[in-house]
Amino acid sequence: MSASTCIKALMILLCVPAMLPDIARAEASGPTTVMIPAGRFDYRSSGEFLENGYPVDATIEEVVFEEPFEIMRFQVSVGQYEQCVAANACRERLGAGRQPGHLPATGISFRDASDYANWLSEVTGEKWRLPTDKEWAYAAGDRFIDDAIGVEKDTANPARRWIARYSKYASLGSQTDPEIREPGAYGANQFGVHDISGNIWEWTDTCYSRKRLDGEGKLMSETENCGVRIAAGQHRAYISFFIQDAKGGGCSVGAPPEYLGFRLVRERPVGIKAVLHRFRKVFSGPE
Amino acid sequence: MITRRNALKSALFASMAAPALIRTASAEEAKPAVAAGEDLSKLPRRKVKLARPPFVHEHDQVAKGGPAIIEFTMTIEEKEIQIDDEGTMFQAMTFDGSVPGPLMVVHEGDYVELTLVNPETNTMPHNIDFHSSTGGLGGGALTLINPGEQTVLRWKATRPGTFVYHCAPGGPMIPWHVVSGMNGAIMVLPREGLKNDKGEPVKYDRVYYVGEQDFYVPKDADGNYKRYSDPGESYADTVEVMNGLVPTHVVFNGAAGSLTGENALKSKVGETVLIVHSQANRDTRPHLIGGHGDYVWETGKFNNPPEKDLETWFIRGGSAGAAIYTFLQPGLYAYVNHNLIEAVNLGATAHFQVEGEWNNDLMQQVVPPSPISQG
Repeated sequence: MSASTCIKALMILLCVPAMLPDIARAEASGPTTVMIPAGRFDYRSSGEFLENGYPVDATIEEVVFEEPFEIMRFQVSVGQYEQCVAANACRERLGAGRQPGHLPATGISFRDASDYANWLSEVTGEKWRLPTDKEWAYAAGDRFIDDAIGVEKDTANPARRWIARYSKYASLGSQTDPEIREPGAYGANQFGVHDISGNIWEWTDTCYSRKRLDGEGKLMSETENCGVRIAAGQHRAYISFFIQDAKGGGCSVGAPPEYLGFRLVRERPVGIKAVLHRFRKVFSGPE
Repeated sequence: MITRRNALKSALFASMAAPALIRTASAEEAKPAVAAGEDLSKLPRRKVKLARPPFVHEHDQVAKGGPAIIEFTMTIEEKEIQIDDEGTMFQAMTFDGSVPGPLMVVHEGDYVELTLVNPETNTMPHNIDFHSSTGGLGGGALTLINPGEQTVLRWKATRPGTFVYHCAPGGPMIPWHVVSGMNGAIMVLPREGLKNDKGEPVKYDRVYYVGEQDFYVPKDADGNYKRYSDPGESYADTVEVMNGLVPTHVVFNGAAGSLTGENALKSKVGETVLIVHSQANRDTRPHLIGGHGDYVWETGKFNNPPEKDLETWFIRGGSAGAAIYTFLQPGLYAYVNHNLIEAVNLGATAHFQVEGEWNNDLMQQVVPPSPISQG
């Protein structure tokens, strides 16, 4: 019996709460989550791609999730985030006014989202973290919007791609909505994950990357910059980790995210501490 | 003694207090006899249908025939507008419904005959001061009208150039009306059209009008922009922000993002574009990122030779300038106020989307981004 099978067996025994309805689970430990089933999908890779030095759309790869994973049903709310601020573990959000606590939290930087994940993990004894871009794209399901530009590589005229990208983002931009909506306002996807690709982009853990391909599409080299992370939404936005509001005009032509927020993935408890913590909670009932 | 200012104040008070009293104008009364200095009855008349900025009504660059009386009508509209993509709502005052008001185009020697209408639905008296006209406070002294009134002003366009017009209804109303959006520009072309520094004719294929506007929007205790039910309600708070001289918004054509995205300005390689840029209240410094000003009338006055090859030009508050550029390269250009804080953070950015073939001689990426080479 391999170690991982052993852990799986242990989990079936100990993870009874995972079978309980969402509400009960939320009371038992942290925010409501949705289980994304194991499966495979065609993934439009993140990052910028150069083919023989010319910008092209990112390649598509088949990605397999051997295991299901849990992701928050809704984006982290104002009220949830404020608890972390009150505990002096998170910074104030940008533009934190007297917003109702149930609205999704916005004005959040990557750093803020990471701080919240660390705090929530600390408080619950569970491992909460930002999703990777891959996980987010998979969990987005039918709400995922392909951000390929769809223009043939043009070695003679770089402007053709710039204009095509601008037009694509401009048409997205015309649908933007300045109002922060009630949770659930943008509806659920086939997994029951709510508000994907609405007017709040969500931080992922994935760093900016530039991948250089040869003429056959083989990866020659890659540069990664983790000072810039991907905010996922109507299209991928590459944003510095300390930015809480990505709006603006100027040289960076395109459609910036309307708002920055996030949701977290809960990792399956594997550490003995987490298992014990959860075990205690289940038997002591809601706190 | 009744000073002009006091008179205006009492007119203002009267209109605020009892708008019903002045609602009398019949069609007959509305045709005042305008005393003409000379016989203009033989001059041809032409009616112009104004276009909403950034577009400009159809016009000849070189005048056909002699001077004419050019008839315009502008209706003043007090209305709430959205000034950024966060949904900030603002009580604007407008000439003809837009911030800025439309660009008017005539030729030197023409007579501008403006019918100015202040509908009953408005709450305040308004007027118009043309920087290009002579006398009568630019026409302001002869055009103050209350809601429910209209007036006709005629003036002779004697100086070629781009000029600001704005509302100037007296005292503290003047800056307030101007920063509420009540301004625009007129272009008086030389009869023979534009000329470069050597006196050779300069033609444009397109003209765009960019009116830059500083807004001063009060915030509530939570730091959110306040929304008001009418201009009067916003007045006291707004003056306080105005007097701090720090605008909350600096935008083109009435709103951040009004000339970007699907509303980006269009052109193509080889096309010559004239950009008229006005700012009725505050200095600005237009710059075309990736392009230049081939010929720039920085002060906007066409009897002065244009400057050439400019990177950035200065538009003094209370004036309009004109810049000509022929696009040489396709792509996206940002046309900004090169105080970049105002451009990017406060809104003063427009985009040009330019189609055409790339010129490698002018620019080429020799090495694409790649790992730093060793040794």
